[in-house]
Amino acid sequence: MSFNRTANAIDLAPLMDILKPYKQNPRGALIPVLQQAQDVYGYLPQEVLETIASELRVPVAEVFGVVTFYAQFHLNPRGKNIVRVCQGTACHVRGGAGILEAVSHHLDVKPGETTKDLNFTLETVACLGACGLAPVMMVNENTHGRLTPDDIPGILDSYLA
Amino acid sequence: MLELKRLTSVDELNKLQEEARPLLGLRHYNRAANQEKYQILICGGTGCTSSGSMNIRDALQAAIDNNDLHDRVNIVVTGCHGFCELGPLVIFYPGGIFYVRVQPEDAEELIKTTVLEGKTVERLHYQGRTGKTPRHSYRDMLFYNLQKRLVLRNCGRIDPENIFEYIANGGYQGIAKALGMGREATLEEVYNSGLRGRGGAGFPTGLKWKFMAAETAEPKYMLCNADEGDPGAFMDRSVLEGDPNAVIEGMLIGAWATGATEGYVYVRAEYPLAIKRLGIALAEAEALGLIGDNILGSDFSFHLKIKQGAGAFVCGEETALMRSIEGKRGMPRVRPPFPAKRGLWEKPTVLNNVETFANVARIITDGAEAFRQDGTEKSPGTKIFAVTGKVRNTGLVEIPMGVSMRHIIFDICAGIKNENKFKAVQIGGPSGACLPASMLDNPVDYDSLTAAGAMMGSGGLVVVDEDTCMVDLARFFLTFTQAESCGKCTPCREGSKRMLEILERICGGEGRDGDIEELERLAHTMRTSSLCALGQTAPNPVLSTLRFFRSEYEAHIHDKKCPAGVCTKLLQYRIDPEKCKGCTLCARNCPVGAITGKVREPHLINPNKCIKCGTCMDKCKHGAISRV
Ligand SMILES: Cc1cc2nc3c(=O)[nH]c(=O)nc-3n(C[C@H](O)[C@H](O)[C@H](O)COP(=O)(O)O)c2cc1C
Ligand code: SF4
Ligand code: SF4
Ligand code: SF4
Ligand code: FES
Ligand code: FES
Repeated sequence: MSFNRTANAIDLAPLMDILKPYKQNPRGALIPVLQQAQDVYGYLPQEVLETIASELRVPVAEVFGVVTFYAQFHLNPRGKNIVRVCQGTACHVRGGAGILEAVSHHLDVKPGETTKDLNFTLETVACLGACGLAPVMMVNENTHGRLTPDDIPGILDSYLA
Repeated sequence: MLELKRLTSVDELNKLQEEARPLLGLRHYNRAANQEKYQILICGGTGCTSSGSMNIRDALQAAIDNNDLHDRVNIVVTGCHGFCELGPLVIFYPGGIFYVRVQPEDAEELIKTTVLEGKTVERLHYQGRTGKTPRHSYRDMLFYNLQKRLVLRNCGRIDPENIFEYIANGGYQGIAKALGMGREATLEEVYNSGLRGRGGAGFPTGLKWKFMAAETAEPKYMLCNADEGDPGAFMDRSVLEGDPNAVIEGMLIGAWATGATEGYVYVRAEYPLAIKRLGIALAEAEALGLIGDNILGSDFSFHLKIKQGAGAFVCGEETALMRSIEGKRGMPRVRPPFPAKRGLWEKPTVLNNVETFANVARIITDGAEAFRQDGTEKSPGTKIFAVTGKVRNTGLVEIPMGVSMRHIIFDICAGIKNENKFKAVQIGGPSGACLPASMLDNPVDYDSLTAAGAMMGSGGLVVVDEDTCMVDLARFFLTFTQAESCGKCTPCREGSKRMLEILERICGGEGRDGDIEELERLAHTMRTSSLCALGQTAPNPVLSTLRFFRSEYEAHIHDKKCPAGVCTKLLQYRIDPEKCKGCTLCARNCPVGAITGKVREPHLINPNKCIKCGTCMDKCKHGAISRV
């Protein structure tokens, strides 16, 4: 059996560290391991998924099934900055669609896409729990609230420095 | 010196409470004329943090240092105060002096005026609904005075990252008392309180616990649902960020009453701050021996862990949530068997919502009767609502059940923004309904809402005004449910897709005769034959808007008009040549270059290029542009 390997070999040592505490008792470990692996690698490359499957003794197909079920997991590399524009109800009735359009226009990508220079990935999210400040978006770990479309270029460009 | 050292008896807990009490010593309203010591509470909830409250903390700390005031003033970071709209909030105690929209530049003045001069900074007070009556203290604010903050009593009042503050305020006395009462009496007290689940369905908590207590299989699990998927709701987030120990204590009491020995809190990954604070609380509770083996020297043991969700709304459903904790795809399964019999890893399991658990300790310390003093016979107690949308004061509101929607929206939250007209309130999120003005005086409790064709849901209230299109709102919710449908059963998977297609067509100006009937037919099928509540309730937003706002659907379908001016395909922007002064402002701001014209001559919009963003209309100072 052969798989397409990524151009640069992936260092699996950090993954082994993540897996270590779960090897004795792999019950319920799959999702936390995937979450921690994604934190380290930024996404979930094929090799990582295969290693997780063999170390936790679950079929690769099951690992894929879980990865594709949950919105949080990504099979492809992502941008340096993750922009998540809220499309929850409170943001929707306060102009969230206009914010998404402004971001999409400024970055020239659609939701789910990454800019060519790999600087930004644009995503939507249903409620960040900061509805009092609607409309809201999150860039990496920072929440920006009370937005107007005019604010968008300035905020996004500030992440390029 | 307060130490994180194992407590081996209730007496030791009581002693610790006495020792911890001074931590809260300044948090009262009697500010002396020449008040010596102050404590500054800075809101560290998600709303205020994103408005920059941590920079303000640093600036205030610098101001304290500059003025050499460290032995007179200290800073405490709290959770959400529920008034996020006006954040960042800063409150000085004693006095409860309430400052809003504070900026780092204000720090020096705040310290000098409040601490050194003993006055207050007038311009930073909330100016009341009229904008002319500054509210100096927490106690002067209608927004708070009209509420009954029992579950939220600690939120914004204590440091959520310091378990000693929770203990000083009577924390963990509920479990201490329950251990003395015995398992059965504890169960009976919760049952008699009539507490109903705050996660949506309103199932009696005591009854659910009795089902599990009667099971013999081991181990038993006690789970907390902190998935809070309803887009537009943040009650659970605020409780976890502001008072995480209250949730842990509620789970402990539940575990004691039902015989559970292990537990998980399942938290949305989108809530990093809640996860962090809960983690700190858990570690501190473990260090004090309040979680673990032989709690408070008894033979009761309970182990608790945090699980992070991975971004699937359906995982808020109880059987799906359990599959997700097991590390599988989070798909619901048929019930029975109910989780109380066979849940997580096929063992007896109880799942309750964050707010449900946060009610429990008080039921034990004050008794079921005290709990029943608020609310109605069948919906006792208080409920927290996240009120958002077009109201003046968005925020978290806790009220006794049974008050009217009007009271919440107009009295507490000060009515609609910009003097616009109220149109509807959406309650219950994607499973809920839109209620029109004619229902504003209905009481808000489980049974009245169900009778009105709505449901309590988790407590999100989104208020909309005349600028919101109800067909578009229904389309919005269907987009959400369609994307979140797990796809396991056909009525939900295909039904939601079909309904969404029709709604998109209607909003796009291509509605046809018969569309409304087709929507109703699909809704009926989804309701009656979907496997889980996601599919069963997904048609509710459509059905309720059809019931109360049918004429809007008809205007879209037959007249190709969107009365609220939202659905862009049904709109056109036009420049009135009579009014246009040719200032070129619109043309310079149009993102797609759709506007042409010479200086001082009337401009023209090219309808084929225009993407209907509305920018030009906002920019024109001469009112020359209109939307038709
Ligand atoms: C699709 C779906 C999503 C749900 N999401 C949540 C949620 O985010 N939080 C919650 O507490 N309950 C949610 N529920 C309800 C739970 O299934 C369950 O009834 C509840 O957590 C039980 O707790 P309670 O009795 O304390 O309310 C959801 C139900 C469905 C069908
Ligand atoms: S009703 Fe929808 S979400 Fe529920 S099991 Fe069926 S497809 Fe999945
Ligand atoms: S609505 Fe937007 S796209 Fe259309 S003309 Fe005005 S500014 Fe340009
Ligand atoms: S902004 Fe108004 S007045 Fe100025 S050119 Fe445009 S339509 Fe005319
Ligand atoms: S709806 Fe956008 S933050 Fe809640
Ligand atoms: S986050 Fe500060 S009041 Fe809500």
